[in-house]
Amino acid sequence: MTNDQLKEKINGWISGLEFPENKQYLEIVVPAESLLKLARLLRETPETAFDYLFCLSGVDYGKQLGVVYHLESTTHNHALVLKVKTDDRVNPNFDTVCGLWRTAEWHEREVFDLLGIKFNNHPDMRRLFLDDEWVGYPLRKDYKDDINIIER
Amino acid sequence: MGPQHPSTHGVLRFELCLKGETVKYIIPHCGYIHRGIEKMCEKITYQQIIHLTDRFDYLSAHMNNEAVCLAVENALEVEVPERVKYIRTILAELNRIASHQLWWCAFGMDLGALTTFFYGLRDREYILDIFEESFGSRLLHSFNYPGGLMHDIHPDFQKKVKEFIKYFRKKLPEYDQLLTGNIIFQQRAIGMGYMSKEDAISYGVTGPSGRGSGFKCDVRKHHPYSAYSKVDFKEILYTEGDTFARYKARIDEMWESMNIIEQLIDNIPAGDFTAKMKPIIKLPVGDYFQRVETARGELGCYIVSDGNKNPLRVKFRTPNFSNLFVINKIASGNKIADLVAISGSLDLVIPDIDR
Repeated sequence: MTNDQLKEKINGWISGLEFPENKQYLEIVVPAESLLKLARLLRETPETAFDYLFCLSGVDYGKQLGVVYHLESTTHNHALVLKVKTDDRVNPNFDTVCGLWRTAEWHEREVFDLLGIKFNNHPDMRRLFLDDEWVGYPLRKDYKDDINIIER
Repeated sequence: MGPQHPSTHGVLRFELCLKGETVKYIIPHCGYIHRGIEKMCEKITYQQIIHLTDRFDYLSAHMNNEAVCLAVENALEVEVPERVKYIRTILAELNRIASHQLWWCAFGMDLGALTTFFYGLRDREYILDIFEESFGSRLLHSFNYPGGLMHDIHPDFQKKVKEFIKYFRKKLPEYDQLLTGNIIFQQRAIGMGYMSKEDAISYGVTGPSGRGSGFKCDVRKHHPYSAYSKVDFKEILYTEGDTFARYKARIDEMWESMNIIEQLIDNIPAGDFTAKMKPIIKLPVGDYFQRVETARGELGCYIVSDGNKNPLRVKFRTPNFSNLFVINKIASGNKIADLVAISGSLDLVIPDIDR
């Protein structure tokens, strides 16, 4: 499907989504409560069939925290980007998508480890790289480590 | 098993649940090499990032750098000269051959065939010598640069590469004779560690490991960059999905890489080795994604820019990170000795898992 057809299809499922300008991929900003519903529809509808999650990244935008999903379909060869953001920096949480793409299980643990975003219903929500006693989330913009990070 | 075990080739720890010698469940532990490259990238300029990306998958250092360079060039809409595209492609394929040679020799060694180790390292020297002559460094050559290359190739480069191809075309069948047809090797590889195509896609297993299961994931073919659209090559696919299929996929890829180099080496266009760039690179506000095919699979470089001279966030989607996670799925139920063969067939480079 072309980007316009995808846009039409997605608007038919969930109304009121934002489609920001992106030269490379079709981009969708989805509210946290619709994330799992949209992800499941994208994965399971035969015309879209986004079966390959090729990147899952956590981003600290300064005020907001967000997670970015890069999706591709191996049968139709189309790709899109899902973005979900939250203002809650104390207890940010989104629904997990690891039931749809298994690779998300590790990528979500990485996001939790480095940015502190929790994923609801994740089977194994632990730190991945750092040890369990580590305090803070290193990829947050407000993370302070006076010993190991030298500011210049 | 691990953190330092001879068959993991680095600091990787598997927590194994065993019944006798049979592996019931595997929990991989990573995080022993946490260098915080993504955090460091937020503090430095785009040119400086090149010197860090070498270091995660140090056996495909060239392709790692290429991802960052292409992402920056695409964001700035800079067109690099044809010469740069050709040289980058040749170097990427040389790097891929060197990486597969090292994998082949170490994989043989894991299974007890020490001769392979000497053969592989011997032939890899030829490529490293070519690299040393052109960039002064054998492994971590930060040769790619946003906008082109650091400097031009050595005048002997083409001659040396052609000599190597001639030499290696004779040696590669020797690799085949030594391992592929070996009945002991076959018994340890055929039917071991089965991964279905659906699993490969769902777990995001790319590169020769994914293509051994029939997952069409060759970025060079499906999203061509540099000079890959100008050359004629096959995407290696096997459908068996076992250790032997992943092994065969890499052997075939070495042949295919040599084909690619031969199509390009005599046709490198004359001209500049770098495009005109400003000394300080600032990317426009937005996010940029670049996919390249390293020796182990798909590498994604995701840059979020807020318009400054350093990025707001850089995320590297490294192939080994996704490839490792499938180990429990494909290796549980086998013996510990087969776990060595199966994890070897995934060709893990540990710093790429952790960064």
